[in-house]
Amino acid sequence: MKKVRLLLVAGLVGMLALTIGVPAWGADTIKIGVIGPMQFVQGKGHWNGAIMAEEEINAKGGVKVGKKMMKIELVKADSNEFLNVTDATNAMELLMTRDKVDFVVGGFRTEAVLAMQDIAMEYQKIFIGCGAAHPELCTRVAQDYDTYKYFFRGTPFNSAFLVRTSFLHLKFVGDILKKELGLEKVKVAVVAEKAMWADPMVAATEGFLPKIGMESVGVWRPSPVATDVTAELSAIQRAGAQMIFTIFSSSVGIPFARQGGELKIPAVQVGINVEGQKDGFWEATQGMGEYILTMNTYCRGVEYNELTAPFVETYYKRFGETPTYTADTYSAIKAIVATIEETGSLDADELVKAMEVSERKVASGIVKYMKDEQGRHLHDLTWGPGYLTSLAIQWIDGKPVGVWPNKWVAAPGAPEITYKGIQDYKIPPWVIQAYKK
Amino acid sequence: MLIDILITSLINGSTYALLAIGFSLIFGVARIVNIAHTAFYMVAAYCIYFTTYRLGFNPLSAMITGIVFVSILGLIVYKIFIAPIREHEQAVLIGTIALAIALQEIMMLIFTGDYLSVPALIKGYATILGVKVFYQQLITFASVLVVLGLMRLFLMHTKLGLAIRATAQDREVANLMGMNESRVAMMAVVISVGLAGATGAIIVPLTTVEPFMWSHPLIMMMAVVVLGGMGSIKGSFYAAFILGFAEAMVVFLIPSGAFLKGAVALSIMILVLVVRPTGLFGVQFEEEG
Repeated sequence: MKKVRLLLVAGLVGMLALTIGVPAWGADTIKIGVIGPMQFVQGKGHWNGAIMAEEEINAKGGVKVGKKMMKIELVKADSNEFLNVTDATNAMELLMTRDKVDFVVGGFRTEAVLAMQDIAMEYQKIFIGCGAAHPELCTRVAQDYDTYKYFFRGTPFNSAFLVRTSFLHLKFVGDILKKELGLEKVKVAVVAEKAMWADPMVAATEGFLPKIGMESVGVWRPSPVATDVTAELSAIQRAGAQMIFTIFSSSVGIPFARQGGELKIPAVQVGINVEGQKDGFWEATQGMGEYILTMNTYCRGVEYNELTAPFVETYYKRFGETPTYTADTYSAIKAIVATIEETGSLDADELVKAMEVSERKVASGIVKYMKDEQGRHLHDLTWGPGYLTSLAIQWIDGKPVGVWPNKWVAAPGAPEITYKGIQDYKIPPWVIQAYKK
Repeated sequence: MLIDILITSLINGSTYALLAIGFSLIFGVARIVNIAHTAFYMVAAYCIYFTTYRLGFNPLSAMITGIVFVSILGLIVYKIFIAPIREHEQAVLIGTIALAIALQEIMMLIFTGDYLSVPALIKGYATILGVKVFYQQLITFASVLVVLGLMRLFLMHTKLGLAIRATAQDREVANLMGMNESRVAMMAVVISVGLAGATGAIIVPLTTVEPFMWSHPLIMMMAVVVLGGMGSIKGSFYAAFILGFAEAMVVFLIPSGAFLKGAVALSIMILVLVVRPTGLFGVQFEEEG
């Protein structure tokens, strides 16, 4: 009797170990981990984009791997990375060891993604980053290819290109102010949250402004989580700024836009305001964020190509909001699936090689992976006309409206670029009133 | 620029003063260091958001509901959570930290981490000596004066106020004189948490509603209370404006160091403490008052 009981227990333990500890050999599903701060808009974007991709792919029967059809199965992982980087690494570790995912998409904060990247690389799983912009994530690929080759940037393009694009927006609006208001030299206040990613942008701005006929009246560095910026706004008005170049990725973007609009500070806000990229911005600013301009990836009514409108509108119908850039997990999963079907393999090394040379049309442009100056693979996104450029949106009457690129000439002699659905930039009436000669 | 600095100081200071007065009261009477004080302020802010947008209340009714809800919540929390461990100050300190984090997580679960806002009681701004000031900020400033006046009236001219002052001076003697010390402490907690709710109600239109909105004010409020002298309401009032002035100076004089405004204010607090360890109006003042 004792022997039978022992055998029974051993059998149960063995079955349990097999269930949780061994990969599903020959399984008919491809497991994709979706990791992000799920209690926040960024994580919701990650998850929603992934859900859309999964539903579309599975509705068509799944993924063709050689002769076999496999379904997509998503695994949601809350990285809680805004609060705790350790939570993010734990979540990634669980995706690798407990859930045994085949691929991972997501991540947002650079500090967390760098740590998560190491874990995914250790398990040799392809990880497409859909949130962090720091160049280091891809520099690692070039410097230590064998270790980091499984990492690709999915969105956004790296921070050096973010700077370049936001300067284009600054010049675009500055030229309009000069023309419409008769200003000779536009005075600019640079307001950047005190965060590492913003430091090089502030330094670059100081050198860039004189080159485009603008003058800096000062640099303000509020805390990323400041809730009251009326003192800064008063000081900016006193300094005589006509433009405010904003560099915000955190919550400070809301009080800055709201209080600036409510106090009718006679200076237009242009730059990066990540909070302004979300549909909830209007409500969060009580409608006072009108006229602010920010870089963004998607805007209803604006099309990069024929894939944009179906993606944006389906997303809007499904989730009731415009996709933010983290919803590009959709494109990341589609890219993984397309590469699997092209190669007929699930082997990570084979897929990496195929992805490196691919040029794929997605809803926000064309994804092509770059090499560095030495010809080494970076797995970073190519920026520029014909590839990825992003948009500038302006809040008008409670809605974001695409305003850039509008007749943008990227280089002398190059053709003008205006995406379908782009409208003219509007100067706030109180700014016109303050400066119109 | 001096005018800008002065007006900004008064506005900043009044926010901190509103928070610190309630905190001082509860410490002065019950010797409870309630780290969750600003978490109640956060709960009031969410309550106002909820009643305004989900239940359709007008801003004033939403504010009153928020204050009442938070006061009741404070009473329940005191009875269940604080009263049993009240005699152990360290336990209360750690317990209220846990409580604040729990409230933060509950708000996160219900409302997620999205940034929300509520409308101002009176929209728009006034221009005072060339400086633009929101009407809501003027309401905040006026509220500080009203709250202080009411507090003084209450403490000096009511039976409960007398009991609170007596308890603040010497709990044991007050008990021996027949005062129900535990009941007085409970009332002080309710008033204090109610003040946190009132602060949330007044300030919420000027800020962003989110689950972590309690942590920054907590640091500044602690700084104000320590600088003013633990338990001294008058000290908190002065200290709030001193720190508000320090913050405004930093923003106007060192714009690229605007993020340092909190750090500079805290440094001033440390400097004052080095010279005067009991704060500006510490124990000596309380004993005289």
